[in-house]
Amino acid sequence: MTDQPTPSFEAAFASLQQIITQLENTELPLEEALKLYEEGKRLSDICSQLLETAQLRVETLSSTSANTDGEPA
Amino acid sequence: MLEFDFPPLQPMVFTVTTLTNYLRELLETDEILRDVWVRGEISNFSQPRSGHLYFTLKDNDAQLRCVMWKGQTFRLRFNPKDGQSVEAHGAMSFYPAGGQVQLYVDEMQPVGEGQLYQEFLRLKARLEAEGLFAPELKRPIPQFPRHIGVITSASGAALQDILNTLRRRLPLARVTLAPTAVQGAEAPGGIVGAFQSLKTLPDLDLIILARGGGSIEDLWPFNDEAVAYAIRASHVPVISGVGHETDFTIADFAADLRAPTPTAAAELATPITSSDLRAELIATNQLMATSLKSKLTSLRQDLLLAENRLQRHSPAQRVRTFLQFQDETRERLERAMSHYLAQHQLKLQSQVARLESVSPMAVLRRGFAIVTDAQTHQLISRRNQTSPNQSIQIQLSDGKIAATISGDTP
Repeated sequence: MTDQPTPSFEAAFASLQQIITQLENTELPLEEALKLYEEGKRLSDICSQLLETAQLRVETLSSTSANTDGEPA
Repeated sequence: MLEFDFPPLQPMVFTVTTLTNYLRELLETDEILRDVWVRGEISNFSQPRSGHLYFTLKDNDAQLRCVMWKGQTFRLRFNPKDGQSVEAHGAMSFYPAGGQVQLYVDEMQPVGEGQLYQEFLRLKARLEAEGLFAPELKRPIPQFPRHIGVITSASGAALQDILNTLRRRLPLARVTLAPTAVQGAEAPGGIVGAFQSLKTLPDLDLIILARGGGSIEDLWPFNDEAVAYAIRASHVPVISGVGHETDFTIADFAADLRAPTPTAAAELATPITSSDLRAELIATNQLMATSLKSKLTSLRQDLLLAENRLQRHSPAQRVRTFLQFQDETRERLERAMSHYLAQHQLKLQSQVARLESVSPMAVLRRGFAIVTDAQTHQLISRRNQTSPNQSIQIQLSDGKIAATISGDTP
């Protein structure tokens, strides 16, 4: 495929679901179906890749109150 | 009752047992002392192997020995320790062996808890009346949150529980922590502020409001009405996970979903896990392949049908048909021709025969001859057409001869 930026998992997954729906439409011209299938495989690979490499990203907002949390760790 | 024997001058002497029994009877039959609440600070607390609790309740000026039998301790909702102010309920009696008046405790709570509980019930009733807890206000929890806001203490165990759970279940998610104090007087304001900070994140899907277990006072910030309003004003659904299974706070009632613990909150926040997604991906791939395969199969069938139809209407077929037709035509033509020829052959033969029959040659063969003038080729059939020395031609059956008339002429 072309040098498209890697989409987010959610975006790729949503597109994949759409492609399935389109593929299930039997009126689809063959060429388009093949194109969709290829695109679907590509998205599915991206999704798998993202799932395997995912790391929980944790950011912290700067605290509005002082860091006197009180609760023991 | 004791009997006072005469003479009165002689003072009455009791045994210790008799006297202390009397004292005990007095205490145990007293309307007030047999059912009494007392407030004080715990000291000399001890809990031997027997499981009974022994301690002293004191204030600035006095102290009172207390005992709580093991069988009663299961009702305690806190762990008593020295220095704690408590309200204890029980009956006063005298312990002869120890020589002490003491309180036999059957119920005990930290000071203010009863008051706090009343306060809690009042606030809950008021907010309920305002409709803040109405079931129709509860927003559905997203199935697949990408961005989760967490409001809790940055140093608390609750945060680690939540992060570990999210890491295990859905590492695809993004977490933004809005750190705040979760106990003490500043906590409600901090929690409200955290909600406001998270409101600046438009792509947030969900907020977890959490705190680890603690005493009722520790959890008190979660019974604050400002916190309840902040939960309802949140731009995304809120899952509360405060304290333990048995703890219910105002925040739990206001939240869109109440989880019994911080870990459970993180679980409820991720109904779909990475492994679910993995399985779904596999299924999706299969579905896609099946779809395409069935499409190809049906196209192949269509193609076959079309090919058959095409075959039937192909020019080659038409040419074949035409050629066949042409062959037939040619045959017919030839048949017709030969028939025609045969017919005419017959006719011709009969004509030839007739012709033959009238031919002068036939007469010549019988011995007649045709005489013509050699110059004029005029047929000579009469004498007067002749003259002496005239050159003539005589046609016989097998050829001509030239002759000259020598004889008489008219």
